Amino acid sequence: MYPRQFDYVAPTSLEEAFAALGDDSKVMAGGMSLIPLMKMRLFSPDVIVDIARIPGLATIHDAGDHISIGALVTHGETASSDSVVANATALATAASLTGDVQVRNRGTTCGALAHADVAADQPAGALACGAVMIAQSASGTREIPASEFFVDAMTSALRSDEVLTSIRLPKTGAGEGSAYDKLGRRGGHSDYAVAGAAAWVKKSNGSIEAARVALTGVGIKPTLASGVADALVGTDGSDAAVAAATEHALEGVTVLEDLYGSEEYKSHLAKVYVSRAIKQALANI
Amino acid sequence: MTQGVFGTSVKRTEDPALLRGKGLFVDDIKRHDEAAAAFVRSPFAHARITSIDKSAAEAMPGVQAVYTTDDVRSLGPLLAQVAIGKLRPLLADEVVKHVGEAVVMVVADNAAIARDGADAVLVDYDPLTAIIDPEYAATNETLVHDELESNVIHTWEAGEADAVQELADREDTVVTSLKMVNQRLIPTAIEPRGVLAEWQHGYDRVTLHTTTQQPHAVAGALALTFGLPGVNSARVIAPEVGGGFGRGLNVYAEEMLAVFASRELGRPVRWIETRSEASKSTIHGRGWTATATIVSEPDGHFLAYSLVGVADMGAYSQNFSVAIPVLGQFTMPGQYKWEAIYWKMDCVHTHTPTVDAYRGAGRPETTFYVERTVDAAARDLGMDPIELRKKNFFQPEDFPADTLIGMTMDSGDYGSNLDILVEKADIKGLRAMQEAARAEGRYIGVGIATFVEACGLAPSGFADAGVSWAGYGLPSAFNESAVVRINPDASATVVTGTGPTGQGHETVWSQIVSDRLAIPMERIVVIHGDTKDTPMGIGTGGSRSVAVGGVAVAIAADRIKEKAAKVAAHLLEASAEDIVFADNGAHVAGSPDKSVSWTDIAATAYQPHKMPEGMEAGLDMTAFFDPSNLTWPYGSHVAVVEVDPDTGDVDLMSYSAVDDCGNIVNPMIVAGQLHGGIAQGIGQALFEEAVFDEDGNLLTASLLDYLIPTAADLPSFDLAKTTTPTDANPLGVKGIGEAGTIVSTPTIVNAVVDALSPLGINDIQMPLRPKRVWAAMQEARS
Repeated sequence: MYPRQFDYVAPTSLEEAFAALGDDSKVMAGGMSLIPLMKMRLFSPDVIVDIARIPGLATIHDAGDHISIGALVTHGETASSDSVVANATALATAASLTGDVQVRNRGTTCGALAHADVAADQPAGALACGAVMIAQSASGTREIPASEFFVDAMTSALRSDEVLTSIRLPKTGAGEGSAYDKLGRRGGHSDYAVAGAAAWVKKSNGSIEAARVALTGVGIKPTLASGVADALVGTDGSDAAVAAATEHALEGVTVLEDLYGSEEYKSHLAKVYVSRAIKQALANI
Repeated sequence: MTQGVFGTSVKRTEDPALLRGKGLFVDDIKRHDEAAAAFVRSPFAHARITSIDKSAAEAMPGVQAVYTTDDVRSLGPLLAQVAIGKLRPLLADEVVKHVGEAVVMVVADNAAIARDGADAVLVDYDPLTAIIDPEYAATNETLVHDELESNVIHTWEAGEADAVQELADREDTVVTSLKMVNQRLIPTAIEPRGVLAEWQHGYDRVTLHTTTQQPHAVAGALALTFGLPGVNSARVIAPEVGGGFGRGLNVYAEEMLAVFASRELGRPVRWIETRSEASKSTIHGRGWTATATIVSEPDGHFLAYSLVGVADMGAYSQNFSVAIPVLGQFTMPGQYKWEAIYWKMDCVHTHTPTVDAYRGAGRPETTFYVERTVDAAARDLGMDPIELRKKNFFQPEDFPADTLIGMTMDSGDYGSNLDILVEKADIKGLRAMQEAARAEGRYIGVGIATFVEACGLAPSGFADAGVSWAGYGLPSAFNESAVVRINPDASATVVTGTGPTGQGHETVWSQIVSDRLAIPMERIVVIHGDTKDTPMGIGTGGSRSVAVGGVAVAIAADRIKEKAAKVAAHLLEASAEDIVFADNGAHVAGSPDKSVSWTDIAATAYQPHKMPEGMEAGLDMTAFFDPSNLTWPYGSHVAVVEVDPDTGDVDLMSYSAVDDCGNIVNPMIVAGQLHGGIAQGIGQALFEEAVFDEDGNLLTASLLDYLIPTAADLPSFDLAKTTTPTDANPLGVKGIGEAGTIVSTPTIVNAVVDALSPLGINDIQMPLRPKRVWAAMQEARS
């Protein structure tokens, strides 16, 4: 299949990239989601700005109080980074369950987040881990919290003139843990999420002090299940407490039926995976 | 490597080119000045075409031509081997009958422009009611094709319904009945279809490179469609082809259309199918809805079996069409002795893509029905499914065994084969593990299925029943030819009528020749897939290559051996009867030092003055082989699964199999066929399904939504064999290409149902996606 004609720009600096970006342009890193859409002619931008040659974007950086993952860091690198595994376990796990080996070697974590697929793994991990998206353009830098980043189906808060140059993740402190789990379309962890959940918890003195829980696959966009987190805080994190909190999983979520599940089934799965993710996050402390 | 290579795991000679990415597939073969075709395909399952506006496309720079049905109607519909039902117009004629039907062909200077041109064609449609459900189609309430009297284009029927009913009505019998869907699948070869058509105007001949499993049939269709003087004016070449699975056992409209465009434009024309195009324009497989019924005595003695249903043929008949279900009829009774049997299958048109041969073609379907129903009968009877099978199997002394469906099965020892599986997979231990797990609230299932396959498609007598290439103007039967030639430099060339689409013919045919003539493998080249080189060939399909084509190679090699022995005897001043072949030459039996090399033999054979007096020069032999029967491989498989009670997710924990395909030429290749086949059958059980909405839109038109298994989804398979040679051919080989696919599907479903049997679940419709398994568990729990 051939895409419609487009211009291709391969800048070697961010400034050049910013200059090339316009209303009908698209940033490409690994191209794992973009190219199929273009070949199926579902998406036909006029200009592709390939950021792969821009130096400095392919690293995972420890900045002391946080870590940052650059725009060209692949899923595979995110999944296998000791730093990400230690500080953002949910995101590392989500990256390890993204696509297959070939996709993980080529696709990028930032690309997957910017793509904002309704059934992708890493957005849930980013939400639960409290990621901050660093969006840069000719007019400056915006820091967008993950909770404000996923706007709609396949739509992020990025403007067409911006590049998601990195994401920032707070480092894991004492008593904190996170986890991600899903049911894949081909069962187990295989393929996109029919339903998946990520959870981050902070425990002190035997009770949960803070929590973030995020869902993917069930609604129109990856989303925080704040009702669950609110219900969890102040409890001891016992199975009963998790079960009670899980009942809030679908607050504010419109569950969408698809080939992989009815509304009833996906609603049920959302609770199953919220519960599993919280329990694993607690175990990961 | 020479004698003794028969039966050994010689590494595939095909692989160095393929693994280095240097194999030559259709799209690797380039021509000067070639043009590319793209198609406008119907977005509707059933609609009247009210207008086609080609002007924007025609005005596009680089677009050479825009063709509609008006341009190609005179070529007639697409020819089919079994021309029953509605044949496909080359381009949609007034009314489109399925989503994806080709409506307009655009030819341009390159594929990107052709695609742009196709997008610029404006077609207006007036949508009509689409008939998607084959059972509804069978009622004839609405016709799929106005010009046909019935949607039911053929009904296969065998056995005696009354006799089955009488036994079912007996008070002391147990009747087990399951209505099941063997869902429609989309064959997914790694290489999409592609063609390169070259009309040679100076000679009025055509050469077509195409991703086919049956080049001769395509050549015949070209000769008839284009009014060529004969098949000798249509050369069809299947170069490397990335997967067959039956999708290549067809003649396609795009093959005819590319040749047409090449003739019109005087340029080579290429068309390469896209993956999403393939899901709608290449044939589908399976698509049965049927009810299977077993009548047993309370002690488990089987009395009767019936299978009644509908087989979806899609909108148009191509190639085998209604003949696919009858291949299933051959194995419909399974391995069991019945006193009465009944089979009826209505073949119906619907507004969907054509259904034709897909790996197993009819036999996976009937095996699924009988093996699922035997397990259900075991539950009804309170018997162990293994004991029930063994009680009703044909016994070794029954062979050759006549089935009530009119077939004679060659050889088998089904009970011993199953016993080996029971032992090897430790089914007793698995049952104990299952019991323990159940006590913990876990759902573990142990599923067994056994099968007998009818393969090695032959003998040629089937031609009288319409199974031949006569529909393509080539009244051949299902036999095969081979040529073995010793060249003047003592290298050997083997020409075969059955071409590979990944199976390993080059290796296996070389093994057969090397074994018989003691010529080293590296001195043998196998030529295949080019109609120029072979007098005839039906093709690769129905697990028939070794059992028919491979045997033809062996016979041709034996003829070479007979003549070469005389030459060697002449050179050694010995008697031809005393000549034995070894070590790239020949010697006198018992005197290895009295030897000549193949180089000496070949040099002599090509110099008449050195030959024995009266003997014709050359070492070139052709053989045709027609087996006396189909071959009947069989086997026993077991799968262990665990079902997640919270999600319905099925975890395939282990898979073991004992297969019997008679004598084996290359065990590694047999194992490879089993691995791929089992994976493909598991795909049907757990993942794959062509899903249409009620308007006939295909919802699974790309690999994003049409889920196929990957290695990551599967355990390592534990394989073993028994060996019961056939007497249908002199090599005693049976065929293994489809076995895994045929039996693994019911094996998996039996395992999942076994896991959930404590909930009273007796059946779940395939594919066993978590959502379906969970829904069944929810229903059972409430």
